[in-house]
Amino acid sequence: MPNLHPDLLTALYSVYPDAAVLRNRHTAHLVVEGHQLMSQQTIPGVEIHTEETEEAIDLHITIAEGVHVTYPIHTCVGLLAAQGSQHIRLHVKLERNASAELLAHCMFPNAELVQHVMEATVEIGQDAELRHTEGHFHGPFGGIEVIPKANVHVGPGGRYFSDFSLTTGRVGKLQILYKVETAENAVAEINTRVFGHATDEIKIQDELILSGKYSRGIIKTRIALEEEARSEVIGITHGNAEGARGHMDCTELVRDHAVAKAEPIVNVEHPLAKVTHEAAVGTVDQKQLETLMAHGLTPQQAVDIIIMGLLR
Amino acid sequence: MALLTINALSFVVHDKTILNGLDLTLAEQEIHALLGANGTGKSTLAYLIMGCADYQPTTGEIRFQNQIINTLPLHIRAQLGITMTWQEPARFEGLRVEDYLSLSKGTSDPSDCLRRVGLQPELYLQRAVDKTLSGGERKRIELASVLALQPRLAILDEPASGIDMLSLQEIVDVIQTMKKSGTTVLLITHRQEIARVADRASYLCGGKIVATGDPDIVAEQYRTRRCLVCDGKQCRA
Repeated sequence: MPNLHPDLLTALYSVYPDAAVLRNRHTAHLVVEGHQLMSQQTIPGVEIHTEETEEAIDLHITIAEGVHVTYPIHTCVGLLAAQGSQHIRLHVKLERNASAELLAHCMFPNAELVQHVMEATVEIGQDAELRHTEGHFHGPFGGIEVIPKANVHVGPGGRYFSDFSLTTGRVGKLQILYKVETAENAVAEINTRVFGHATDEIKIQDELILSGKYSRGIIKTRIALEEEARSEVIGITHGNAEGARGHMDCTELVRDHAVAKAEPIVNVEHPLAKVTHEAAVGTVDQKQLETLMAHGLTPQQAVDIIIMGLLR
Repeated sequence: MALLTINALSFVVHDKTILNGLDLTLAEQEIHALLGANGTGKSTLAYLIMGCADYQPTTGEIRFQNQIINTLPLHIRAQLGITMTWQEPARFEGLRVEDYLSLSKGTSDPSDCLRRVGLQPELYLQRAVDKTLSGGERKRIELASVLALQPRLAILDEPASGIDMLSLQEIVDVIQTMKKSGTTVLLITHRQEIARVADRASYLCGGKIVATGDPDIVAEQYRTRRCLVCDGKQCRA
């Protein structure tokens, strides 16, 4: 295990129980606390370059042409202090016919007044594939503002799958801005799962631009809200080419005094493109609830199972 | 000895009488088929016994093991040993079949329950109980969940709808397995070939039970709509 601060390790284990994998010499990783690089490991075919400044840290990850990275690349970022800010500029490039999985662990266990900004640019080459999984842990205080932004370009025949989750601890203020553009025959999938509590505020804007012929994409959003939490989900899909197929699927479950809003925007500019959408915003489904209660579960146990299933 | 006794049960909603003084008794470990045309209140009766939201008897009483359960919440009735399967079972995103079949403590082995309803555990345990399952698969999983629960009373609302003809015997076998394991079954069905698994059957029309007895005889009455209450007029609805 790299020589990391014990609090950082504890936080890391809370979001990723298999954190000991950082010891594995076949696993590339980056660990960043604030704007400081704490640990880095590269493997053949994976180039990692970092630049630290007072205002931000730049992380460059390049997967060489034809390289298929066997084990996920781990990026562990966070801030242990109760107050402060972290600004990360992430640049990921997969060259032609490369493939990799990027596991991002974002930890802010003590956040009381913290801002975390992540600006990512992702370039996926022809026939390359990236799976990007990002898990957050924000601690119990809710004093955090998180602004993840991503601009992703998926080259011809390329594949991009993202999965953002923030389902334990408080959310604080979350403002996601993802924009993904696909070239010919490319595939993109944007998944977001968030559980808001107390006065958490969640704003999500996922935009999918299907520019290439026969490219396909889906935006899937799952939100659960309780107490006074609020969410606003905007899904935008452009169908700009022959045979492009897009779908948006948003479910938001609300309880207590929570408020949810979903706005799908469909913009089809080619007569042979097709974009569909479905959205369900409301309280827990009565039949689901009663089915679980008919197995002897209390109403609260039933609701917990429905929410955890939705966010799984 | 009676497990469930329903006396003079009425249910009126929006000035419309759905059940009108219904009487029904289910014995321990009995399979009791309930036949009736669409809209005669078969599912309503199931919801009233189970205690679903917005289903409170207008008058009459429902006794389970000699305890009046009219006002008990649904999950308390379930904890007493009552469960039901819906005609259109709910689907759950992200809930695996294995977890669904293990919801209650002390349940039977999920793999064994799946095999008994004709599903291979290795193909289904890790799947979600969601919309990727066909209607027939979802129904079978619902029956497997009853086998896992081993309740005192299982209300099965149209368990054979969506099941292909060749598999009907499997459903009959499952219902018989429930009985052997000590469960009383209230079997709501339109299908006479399923109703014949019952020890007794009742024919529901006009909000009342109009006949109770041998399943073959009651099923034949239902088929020919020989109803003494409505002269077949409501039964044909």
